[in-house]
Amino acid sequence: MIELDIVKNDDMEMLLKDISHLYGYDFTQYSKASLKRRLNRICMLDKFTSFAELRHRLIHDSVYLSRFIEEITVNVTEMFRDPHFYATLRHHILPVLRTYPFIRIWVAGCSTGEEAYSLAILLKETDLFNKTLIYATDINPSVLEKASKGIFPLNQMKQYSRNYILSGGNRDFSSYYMSMYDVVKFNSDLSSKMIFSTHNLVSDSSFNEFQLILCRNVLIYFDKDLQNKVFKLFDDSLQPLGFLALGAKETLRFSNVEHRYKQWNEDKIWKKISSCNGK
Amino acid sequence: MESRKTTEILLIGGSAGSISVLLEVLPQLQDHLSFPLVVVVHRKSHPESMLEELLRFRSRLPVEEIYDKMTLKDACIYLVPADYHLLFEDKRMVSLDCSEKVNYSRPSIDVTFQSAAQIFKEHTAALLLSGGNADGIEGLRCIARKKGAVFVQDPETAEIAYMPRQALLNLQVDAVLEPGEMASFINQLGTYY
Repeated sequence: MIELDIVKNDDMEMLLKDISHLYGYDFTQYSKASLKRRLNRICMLDKFTSFAELRHRLIHDSVYLSRFIEEITVNVTEMFRDPHFYATLRHHILPVLRTYPFIRIWVAGCSTGEEAYSLAILLKETDLFNKTLIYATDINPSVLEKASKGIFPLNQMKQYSRNYILSGGNRDFSSYYMSMYDVVKFNSDLSSKMIFSTHNLVSDSSFNEFQLILCRNVLIYFDKDLQNKVFKLFDDSLQPLGFLALGAKETLRFSNVEHRYKQWNEDKIWKKISSCNGK
Repeated sequence: MESRKTTEILLIGGSAGSISVLLEVLPQLQDHLSFPLVVVVHRKSHPESMLEELLRFRSRLPVEEIYDKMTLKDACIYLVPADYHLLFEDKRMVSLDCSEKVNYSRPSIDVTFQSAAQIFKEHTAALLLSGGNADGIEGLRCIARKKGAVFVQDPETAEIAYMPRQALLNLQVDAVLEPGEMASFINQLGTYY
């Protein structure tokens, strides 16, 4: 195993500046500790013997960039992760959203789409599906392509099915997909209300107003300043009384927008109680 | 053995059979510890972790589960949450990471030990407890290479001896400790070892 030390802080800064300058992807405010591991990992996976070699490839091969982005960002996700969170959505948050004539939900940093499909199932079972649109965005176009297909590994289904039941689901989970050899394909009906689009939380602005934004286990990869910037973006994109859902160990506390939000019990869901102009 | 290196962080890693050791040792720690203590154990993800409750109830030191970008304080016990890796941004601030499992584990002891070794260098101290897989060995090696201090539970006293035994087979450790002597050892770790 290559020592983590292969990636020096100065080298990393330089590489990130190059990428930002050449391609417009700004990773300079990503959490350094995690980024270092990812850079080290990509050096190992793609057999670069030195960091300089990786840098050279990136600067001179724009096609390699997409591979780089895919590996540098973490795309580990699962369906109904933290079942208790989905139970709260099902029993407490969605009933509030029901009062709106039309529901818009943003899954920010959706990766390969597991959360978007979990939500779609929840919306089906609460009869909200037909009046909802799910905007699923990610920085990385290749994961969005996977997400739009709704094809996931079969060997995950046992875990997902268990999560689904724990989250309060009482149907036969396998009725939502078809098995094909070692993968399953989720019913295309589920993705009919999803809009997939690239969106970079670092550089892109608000594009709509939502009643619910999910961004779970994405902000942990950002430094504090960038986290605050993204909270501002979410704040700009949330309707008054809308909800923001974060990962189990992420928090809106200590952020610049904290005072405008009220946490929902112990869950990592915050309700927007006032807008920035004091309304 | 070199002396007079200050300890700036103590990491404790463990897997199967380590909880009982933690419950014996951590309550005996004194509140004058001049470093934070970070505990990485393999455990099932569960919303209300029993371990935190048990430790909080018994321990004199504050016990907290880590959240993202938390600032660590001296003389506090921090538990790494299930299903996340723990990384150090600097000597005080930590980040969580839910990337791929390492050694079939998340949190992985190796990941946290390696990250600490890079940040704290020779001021890192780590203790590896009972367990049934090899997670932690690479991490200890990294810490040893940075001239930090590495300790393991005496395999004879471990419920599952594999993890500490592998450590002893693979590297030179600074001390082999029985659970009964760990607390007093840690209590004087601040300035000398």
